[in-house]
Amino acid sequence: MEVEHQEIANFLIAYPPFSDLPQEALHRLASQVEVGYYRGGSRILEYGEQITYLYVIRSGAVELFRRSGELYNRISAGGIFGQRGLLMNRKVRFGAQSLEDTLVYCIPVGVFDEYCDVYEAFADYFEADDNARLKITVSEQADSNDLTTAKVRKLLLRDVVYVERNATVQQAAQVMATEQVSSLLIYDPEKPVVEDPDEDDGQVVGLISDRDLRVNVVAKGLDYQTPVSEIMSTDLVIVDSNAYVFEAMMLMLKDNVHHLPVVHKRKPIGVVALSDILRYESQSSLLFVRGLMDQQSVEDLASYAKQLPAIFTRMVNEDANSHMIGSAMSIIGKTFKHKLLELAEAKLGPPPIPYCFIALGSMARDEQLIVTDQDNALILDDDYKPTEHGVYFEQLAKFVCDGLANCGYKYCDGGIMATNPAWRLTFSQWQSQFESWIDKPSPEALLNSSIFFDLEGVWGEVKWAEKLTAFVSKKAKSTPKFLAAMAHNALRRTPPLGFFNGFVLEQDGEHRRSMNIKRRGTAPLSDLVRVHALGVGSKKQNSFERLEDIDEANILPKGKVLDLQAALEYIAIMRIRHQAWQIEQGEKPDNSLPPETLSDFEQRNLKEAFGVLDKAQSFLKFRYQNKSMMK
Amino acid sequence: MSWPNRFEHLAKVARDPRLKSFYQQGVVDPYQQLGQCEFVALDFETTGLNPNIDDIVSVGVVPFDLRRIRVAQAKHWLVKPTSPLAKESVVLHRITHSQVESAPDLEDILEEVFASLHGRVIVVHYQFVEKSFFNSALMARVDEGIEFPVIDTMEIEKSAINNTRNWLDKLKRKPIPSVRLADCRKRYGLPYYQPHHALSDALATAELLQAQAQYCLDPSDMVKRWWS
Repeated sequence: MEVEHQEIANFLIAYPPFSDLPQEALHRLASQVEVGYYRGGSRILEYGEQITYLYVIRSGAVELFRRSGELYNRISAGGIFGQRGLLMNRKVRFGAQSLEDTLVYCIPVGVFDEYCDVYEAFADYFEADDNARLKITVSEQADSNDLTTAKVRKLLLRDVVYVERNATVQQAAQVMATEQVSSLLIYDPEKPVVEDPDEDDGQVVGLISDRDLRVNVVAKGLDYQTPVSEIMSTDLVIVDSNAYVFEAMMLMLKDNVHHLPVVHKRKPIGVVALSDILRYESQSSLLFVRGLMDQQSVEDLASYAKQLPAIFTRMVNEDANSHMIGSAMSIIGKTFKHKLLELAEAKLGPPPIPYCFIALGSMARDEQLIVTDQDNALILDDDYKPTEHGVYFEQLAKFVCDGLANCGYKYCDGGIMATNPAWRLTFSQWQSQFESWIDKPSPEALLNSSIFFDLEGVWGEVKWAEKLTAFVSKKAKSTPKFLAAMAHNALRRTPPLGFFNGFVLEQDGEHRRSMNIKRRGTAPLSDLVRVHALGVGSKKQNSFERLEDIDEANILPKGKVLDLQAALEYIAIMRIRHQAWQIEQGEKPDNSLPPETLSDFEQRNLKEAFGVLDKAQSFLKFRYQNKSMMK
Repeated sequence: MSWPNRFEHLAKVARDPRLKSFYQQGVVDPYQQLGQCEFVALDFETTGLNPNIDDIVSVGVVPFDLRRIRVAQAKHWLVKPTSPLAKESVVLHRITHSQVESAPDLEDILEEVFASLHGRVIVVHYQFVEKSFFNSALMARVDEGIEFPVIDTMEIEKSAINNTRNWLDKLKRKPIPSVRLADCRKRYGLPYYQPHHALSDALATAELLQAQAQYCLDPSDMVKRWWS
């Protein structure tokens, strides 16, 4: 009689790649494992020794080390190790040590080989870069190749193909045929080259795609000698090379374009086509955005918004990282604003003067989650006359903010909304406002306005928002007093280091015995990142992208940027998972993390992440704190 | 009492040929170190708690040493008890009447069970059950009992707990923590297993001994120090 090892099979079935095995194969595998127990702190594998098993952690936690002794990863129940060595030369690649009492299932190499041969999904799991499977830990953010977390630049297989603006459509078509591309960038050799390398756009003035040739040339019977400049699209939607594939797709759907120039700084480094990325189409959040575009009234939008928690939890369960979830939620939030502004303009008539609707805070940083206030404002054309235009924009703002509230985006307690006349300013007024914040900084005044330093245009003259950002980035970095005031504020909220010694921090209100992971974690981290970003003149809004700029500027001690990225990701993802869990339990999502829900492993990682924040705060103080202004 | 001598004697007096051969094969050298030993975890599920009335319904054996548990060599038998299967025990170990109806009698699998114990130190959690039920079951079938030495993880746990209790704990009669299998496992960070399945319980016992060997047993201890 074949013996069924129910305990082992029931465990394995919950984790990939075992979850993908046919039931019979899973049971057969379960009956061939060997089991081993390691007391916390014991050595399991030594670098370079012969490896004869694939290891699966049944309970406990294991640390993997590089040859140099540097920590490579930390994994817990369901985690797998030993695969690198098995796949390469059967020598241990990463030394392993139990972090706590650990029980492992060891799959003998013969069985591992057999399963790789017979079961394709099993083999694929290991042969795809196994980094992608490793969970993010504090000291190492998995350098992931997983398709769902791929960045746009990875899709670029070739350089940009250009033609100049005077080329004929026939010449363009010939270039497309010989180069085998479906789009071309058009440049103007006479366009002045900007001096600032950050602003260099490679003299690009437009784009044509095979669709333009079909629709605008062939179908209309246009002369093949027509210059491309007459049919090209000039209002280009571009995507940063660091954006996720997924964000690029969102942009394509939102703006209904099929080709996106990919830029590094502002310079195009390639073009992605919708067809390049169509295979990701099943992403549920994409379908949500597409559906959102079809809603025709505030009521429809509000009832459609009820799906949002489900989209959020699905992304969490699909193991998206915090950056992806944050940007998906932000894009969704921005799409709500688009739709509401469209509806508002339909109701109130076209705007009497140009304007720009801006998002502030987490939405501008692409770090929005499910529990969120609306923070927004309006930039008005300098021709704004309160008596003539005041009513229109007051009504527009009210329509949008009420609509957002109906869709689940709470009104901002601090009144930072376009409905507040103080935040409906003309471009020049905004500029002087920022000037006064920067030139005459006081920590008190900046306390409530730091949110304005995360700013993004979402509708209308979005270039104005970029101009304001550029203005701030130039001015802030050369004003130490301002940076000192911002740093002072960034140090107001400290990480809960005592929390883990049984120390209870938040005694107030209904969230007793819990820790506010936003107030004590993600918020002080993004505050800190913002100060450094302003200090190095970064124009980025997203904290991860700001960290990349900070890294390039080399202002932090070596390795600290990596630590900060990992800490930010870990704290953010813990917050996200907590909220997803609450939603699944039918509770209202919040930011209060009860300690008893954390495993020892999670507690340790969080503690380490908070440690990183704590050290980074000390460094911030040292770098920017201006003694003279503290008097 | 020395177990090799006892086995030598039993081999002479045993009448049943299977028992005779079991004793003739002898026991593991009592002076062998635990770290060098081959073990086998043994667990019975029974129809009730009284060995005089109740009988064995399933047997699980899991061979192992202090480093590795060899699940591939584990075995599990359902057997047909002489006493009826009570409703409560059906609920407890999820073995149904129809399953035991078609199962063999313990006597029919006796040689297989002995074969898997051969050359190994038997490990149980709470020796009363395995020792007394095995004895009574054979009495009822071949009119002869059985004796064998075991290492009892419950005894090891009690002695470990006793060593950590100071005189004040004892003076205050601070209650001794539970030594049930699941509770012992928890103290070593071992996962929870659904109890009352002979195979899972044997596996759970094997893992517990591995854990104890890293905390409170000295692998250089001789077998005789721990068996009873």
